[in-house]
Amino acid sequence: MDFFVEPAFFVLCLPIVAVAFLLGILGRPLGRYALGASILMLFLLFFRTPATLIYAVAYLVVSLGLYRLALASSNAKIKLPNALLVAVQILPLVAYKVGVLITPDFPGFLGISYITFKATQVLLEVHDGLIDDMTTLEYLGFLCFFPTFTSGPIQRSRTFVQDLRAPLTRDAYLERFYRGAGWFVVGALYKFVGAAIAQWFMWFMPAAVGHGALGWLIEVLGYGLYLFFDFAGYSDMAMGLGLALGIEVPRNFRAPFVATDIKEFWDRWHISLSTWLRDFVFMRFSQFALSRKLFKSRVTTACVGFMINMTLMGLWHGITLDYFVYGIYHGLLLAGCHYMQKKWKFYKQHRRDRWFRVTSWAVTMVAVFFGFALFGGYVISPLLG
Amino acid sequence: MADIRQQIIDLVADITDEPDVANEPDLDLFEEEILDSMAAIELLVAIKDEFGVSIAPTELERSEMNTLNKIVARVSERL
Repeated sequence: MDFFVEPAFFVLCLPIVAVAFLLGILGRPLGRYALGASILMLFLLFFRTPATLIYAVAYLVVSLGLYRLALASSNAKIKLPNALLVAVQILPLVAYKVGVLITPDFPGFLGISYITFKATQVLLEVHDGLIDDMTTLEYLGFLCFFPTFTSGPIQRSRTFVQDLRAPLTRDAYLERFYRGAGWFVVGALYKFVGAAIAQWFMWFMPAAVGHGALGWLIEVLGYGLYLFFDFAGYSDMAMGLGLALGIEVPRNFRAPFVATDIKEFWDRWHISLSTWLRDFVFMRFSQFALSRKLFKSRVTTACVGFMINMTLMGLWHGITLDYFVYGIYHGLLLAGCHYMQKKWKFYKQHRRDRWFRVTSWAVTMVAVFFGFALFGGYVISPLLG
Repeated sequence: MADIRQQIIDLVADITDEPDVANEPDLDLFEEEILDSMAAIELLVAIKDEFGVSIAPTELERSEMNTLNKIVARVSERL
């Protein structure tokens, strides 16, 4: 059963949400219920392929072991290198991404990418001393939370646990429930109406204008809009469902097409991924590089950080030339934008002028949609034939 | 306390190239684009060098250290 796609998923969500609603208005804690519902839903997600189900369960068990090991190590005299724990944590994802190049049947499971982000975040924050008392049930509840299991948004464990532990009054639950209902409706409209129209536009309009440059432009425009409506729609529904279970889920998209520069675009597009990479790759790399003075200037450090960050982001989507170039491309855009903002006096003088902002917006949108063209295989693959 | 405050003012002014940053200690430095992710990290590295106070990149929300007064408070409570 595919989440947020098959009618059975939505039908099953009805009784799950109804019981959550009852518990919520009675002021009962929802944590254990959310875990139970998640286990049921994950079973239904994987039960058709028992090998996948076993692999997913094994992944959870190993992750729990790594978390416990990290906790024990943080209190022990002789500490395990955190890098080793993180390497073991991300190994199944890396193996899967490489393995599918060899055989499409390489072991993996739906949601392996997102669960890896969440489990890795826990290990890094245990190492930082920020997590020291998350219980086994809370940890499993965090990793298995079914509204965000397959495709995010990527939640943060400390916020999740805070939500689990804070008793929700009837009014507080109702506020979340109604807010969640609103997001769910918006998400459904985006996914089932907006994305469908964008897909129609992308499939049929190029044929109407001929398959030349104009047709290519229209197809890419439609593809970009489809990506947005499909993913933002899914994310908003996941947020709505999470709220109905009493858990805040971070917003994943915030009007990305009004961004006036590429940094702002990434503050608005797939926000939970870009902030995860910012916090756990970019900032940590920068901290490492600055404290060891690896580069002469802060600007150079940031530019290298952006390149590493976005190349990883591209490859995370899959090890293909299209995704690799997409990552490098956005790394270069961010590095260029950062350099301009720090070094270009003209920018500093005019950045608040209306004409500059409009021009910057137009340039950003062209760059963003060209990025979608790279991502969707509209550039590199056709060039290589 | 006054010494710590002055040291932090000097650090922030140096990192952000904004010598007048002390004039408005409650100004939202991220909102005004005086601080960004990179400058914030440099500030954390400098705070560790200067005061021996280690703050992990995800330990604090932006809203907890987005003004000069809040940065001073966060460092002071860890000393």
